Amino acid sequence: MSERRPLGVHAVLIISSLLMVAPFAWQIITSLKTLSSATAVPPTFLPEGRWDNYAKVFDLLPFGEQFLNTVVMAAGRVAGQVLFCSMAAYAFARLRFPGRNLLFGLFLSVLMVPPQLFVIPQYQIMSALGWLNSLQAIIVPGLFSAFGVFLLRQFFLGLPREIEEAARLDGAGPWRIYWSIMLPLARPGLVALAVLTLLWAWNDLFWPLVVNTDPEKMTLSAGLASLQGQYQTDYPVLMAGSLIASLPVIAVFVFLQRQFIQGIAHTGTKG
Amino acid sequence: MTGRKHAASRRPWTEALWGYAFIAPTGLGLAIFYLWPVLQTAYFSFTEWGAFGGHTWTGLENYTRLIADPEVGRAVLNTLTYTVLGLLGIPLAIVFAALLNRPKLGGVTLYRTAFFLPVVTMPVAVAMLWRWLYNGDYGLINQVLALAGIDGPNWIADPATALYALIVVGVWSSVGYNLIIFLAGMQAIPKELYEAASMDGAGRVRQFFRITLPMLSPTAFFISIVSVIGSLQLFDLVFVMTGSGQAARANPAYSRLQTVVQLFYERAFVTNDRGYAAAIVMALLVLIAVLTVLQFRLQRRWVHYV
Repeated sequence: MSERRPLGVHAVLIISSLLMVAPFAWQIITSLKTLSSATAVPPTFLPEGRWDNYAKVFDLLPFGEQFLNTVVMAAGRVAGQVLFCSMAAYAFARLRFPGRNLLFGLFLSVLMVPPQLFVIPQYQIMSALGWLNSLQAIIVPGLFSAFGVFLLRQFFLGLPREIEEAARLDGAGPWRIYWSIMLPLARPGLVALAVLTLLWAWNDLFWPLVVNTDPEKMTLSAGLASLQGQYQTDYPVLMAGSLIASLPVIAVFVFLQRQFIQGIAHTGTKG
Repeated sequence: MTGRKHAASRRPWTEALWGYAFIAPTGLGLAIFYLWPVLQTAYFSFTEWGAFGGHTWTGLENYTRLIADPEVGRAVLNTLTYTVLGLLGIPLAIVFAALLNRPKLGGVTLYRTAFFLPVVTMPVAVAMLWRWLYNGDYGLINQVLALAGIDGPNWIADPATALYALIVVGVWSSVGYNLIIFLAGMQAIPKELYEAASMDGAGRVRQFFRITLPMLSPTAFFISIVSVIGSLQLFDLVFVMTGSGQAARANPAYSRLQTVVQLFYERAFVTNDRGYAAAIVMALLVLIAVLTVLQFRLQRRWVHYV
């Protein structure tokens, strides 16, 4: 009996997987059609090889600039968070100093506040610094993360103390211990944070939309969103643009599946 | 004796300095960009902003205006509907996680990838894609319905269907994320429980209801907290589906799609009514706090801790 049932399980999983994937298949097919065949009734299901839709995206938007902005923004945020969060997380997990619990509580309190509460004052800071429509504006607030500190602290707490004590007896200072011993050991945690930060930075809409209104300085997410209402009709080109914009993170996901899943599982079960 | 005391008092002192140095970058960053802004937003919610950025103290005026504003009422109602119905995604994720958790089931990576694809895809792109699928004239959904002789509505431009169409996209794009967390939770359940249960003659279904579900309830609680907080902040989907300003108002279903955060965006950055916008997000903070406390209260009835 239990030999037969996996067939039913597979049937359910295959049908639901198809439902998850079908919209993307339709997106790819549409992106390769002319506008007239995309809007044909009844629909046609064969892609037509209109690769020029992908080139048209670059005429519609400063897509190359936006792509570069997004890469620089995501890379900056990932590097900053991995470094700064791991430093703070290591201190909270392993160093003793007065006020540690109070400060950790303050860090955590940031996690509980909906991000929209930060936005107006952050905008004012950017405006006062003359940073509106700049790369700094989309990078700098994203360098700091209470979530990252929390996630990595859990990792550091799980690492064996003995190695650290041995290094201390050998005369290594806190920076040496952090940099040459703890960081390499915490690598899975760092990769998980990097991967999650990349996902959130790349897909972030609200902040980039608010702070950079010049199309040349926008990120892909904001750039695509700004097309709404202007080019609603040219769906094949829109579909091509959305595909290019999503592809890098999907590619990273396919290569680093385990790290993605570890990171997300950690936000749930260890949180 | 004195030497030991000396060493013991000296090390914590330098250690403390290192501690502060290590937390300094993130600490300062969070203070400047996150903690101080919260206080400022709270202050702004009691002010009115002039055209050139100056602001004057107006006391509770924004809040009395907020309570009387039908647009805010609608946005709150839409957001709450989206939030509550969005919770239906949780049982769905549990079922799929249970199916994927069978030992020796082939193709798990492939299925997991399929469910996870919407999670990693840019939300703006997801919204564009569904806008196209939902298109009343050429959308795939209505074209497929037409094959069955059904005349589908103009999903996101029809007040009767717009919000539900949005909820479908929300569930579709988050089910994979929840599934992963449930799968991790299921794999942490001790195998002995199942072995003991099957020796007692309990079948798979019974095991699922008697062991898996109760053991998973803390995970489900965590996910319901996170989903509620996330749903209350819905913005990306609505923004892309409706746009903002004049263009958005042209959508007949606009009043059914407006959410609290979208209203906040419009007031803060389109009409530059920042004091009022600050009051709107303060109301959002209260809404999140109330619903979170409510969930913590209700958890005693359904969450089982081992």
